[in-house]
Amino acid sequence: MSTAVTEEEIEKLVVESLQTFGAEPEQITRDATFEELDIDSLDLAELSQIVHESYGVELKGSDVADVKTVEDAIKLIAERV
Amino acid sequence: MPQTLSSGARAHAGQPARVQPATAASAEQAARRAEPVLVTGVGAVTPLGVGARTLHERWSAGVCGIQDGEGACVDFDPRDFLTAKEARRADRFTQLAIAASTEALADAGWADAGQGERAGGREGGLPYPPSRIGCVVGTGIGGIATLVAGQDALRDRGPEAVSPLAVPLMMSNAGAAALSMRHGLRGPSFAVSTACASGAHALGCALRMLQSGEADAVVAGGSEAGLMPLARAAFGALDALSPSGVSRPFDARRDGFVMGEGAAVLVLERAGDAHARGARALGVLRGYGASSDAHHLTAPLEDGEGQAAAMRAALADAGVAAQEIDYVNAHGTSTPLNDRAETRAIKLALGEHAGRVPVSSTKSAIGHLLGAAGAVEAVATLLALRDRIAPPTLGLSEPDPELDLDYVPGAARPLQIDGPRPPLALSNSFGFGGHNAVLCLEGA
Repeated sequence: MSTAVTEEEIEKLVVESLQTFGAEPEQITRDATFEELDIDSLDLAELSQIVHESYGVELKGSDVADVKTVEDAIKLIAERV
Repeated sequence: MPQTLSSGARAHAGQPARVQPATAASAEQAARRAEPVLVTGVGAVTPLGVGARTLHERWSAGVCGIQDGEGACVDFDPRDFLTAKEARRADRFTQLAIAASTEALADAGWADAGQGERAGGREGGLPYPPSRIGCVVGTGIGGIATLVAGQDALRDRGPEAVSPLAVPLMMSNAGAAALSMRHGLRGPSFAVSTACASGAHALGCALRMLQSGEADAVVAGGSEAGLMPLARAAFGALDALSPSGVSRPFDARRDGFVMGEGAAVLVLERAGDAHARGARALGVLRGYGASSDAHHLTAPLEDGEGQAAAMRAALADAGVAAQEIDYVNAHGTSTPLNDRAETRAIKLALGEHAGRVPVSSTKSAIGHLLGAAGAVEAVATLLALRDRIAPPTLGLSEPDPELDLDYVPGAARPLQIDGPRPPLALSNSFGFGGHNAVLCLEGA
């Protein structure tokens, strides 16, 4: 995948997605856990889909199973793109 | 070895060795079977507005909620009842059910309705153990708008664009699931789907769950949200929809039904438990009867015999004689076939009394709410009985010579009740597929 994608761009995509899923914007920090944000497995399935559509990277359920925080998600996506 | 199994079962249940005679258990069952089932709360979202009383008051005043040939819930804003997250996790039919249930539980005095999920489904303000509260929500179609959105995504952007929310939003049981989660109801919960009889069948199911002792309370109703192009085209292709866009049941000019959307939910409890907690009763679900035409996918049996069988069964279940019925809330769809067959059915089931009893159709004011209709009309019937009135059949000004019952044209009318007794009504619901469900209701 292209190396032109920056971590900032990924963060922006993740934050926007979490807001769409109903997380409170002021609560979304890199340290915030998905549990705190009330983000569940269905939201992560949607996030995987958005990532795939944006960067062509496929994240399976087993990939995101260990993702606990916003930072975890950003790092995981950054590793794959 | 039956003896071993028997003693094992007793030990497991913590029972003493001396068991009660079987007759005591069956006497208890018989008592439960005979105990009245009360309606202690109602909620509705309909084309006449948000709220069960709004439906009752506006219909009784002769207001019609149909605009541009459809009964849309234009006053309904999901944000009044759901968080942004809840709203995107629910198809519109589920959103409508959640709103109706929230009103119904509050109306029943179930404190903190809506806290179930956030309280982890613990007891909160529920008056019964959560595992003893059931939930039955009827729908004819389920999340059809979600289904079509998924199909559009598949066609335009491929399988990877289909949302993971597609299945949990479109499934017909999504309404029941949402109510169970929202309010922390942990007894049996499921959907009932019998097309336009779904709401009535759901209430019949709830009645049986309470009579059998399967639950101590049941939150039951129906919901539908099919005002979208595919449903319009599909019902239109059947010649079922009114080309004129006017709902005028029993009128000579009736030319099909007007599609509507909405939901209604009722809270049902056995009388002993309801009285013990000081609940106010809106009325009694006295009986339920169901039958099938076994005849045709869409057309009713022309002689009305299938529908009459369900009406008779409801009367027998309620222990009510035909001449005691003070009002009939008709299925009254405004289709040529239904209104003719139903008129015959009412005559078959009620005999000579059919000519004396007022019969009216809620669909004249809100259109046909399909899988929600039976529940919405049960609410409308119950509130009308409480006020001792027969609400009107709107739009009926040119009588059909073949249809000669008293359809209460134009304006509501006081019920004529012989003596000091509570008023009684039948509410008819008949679905495509020949599913007939009739409720017998008593007003408080």
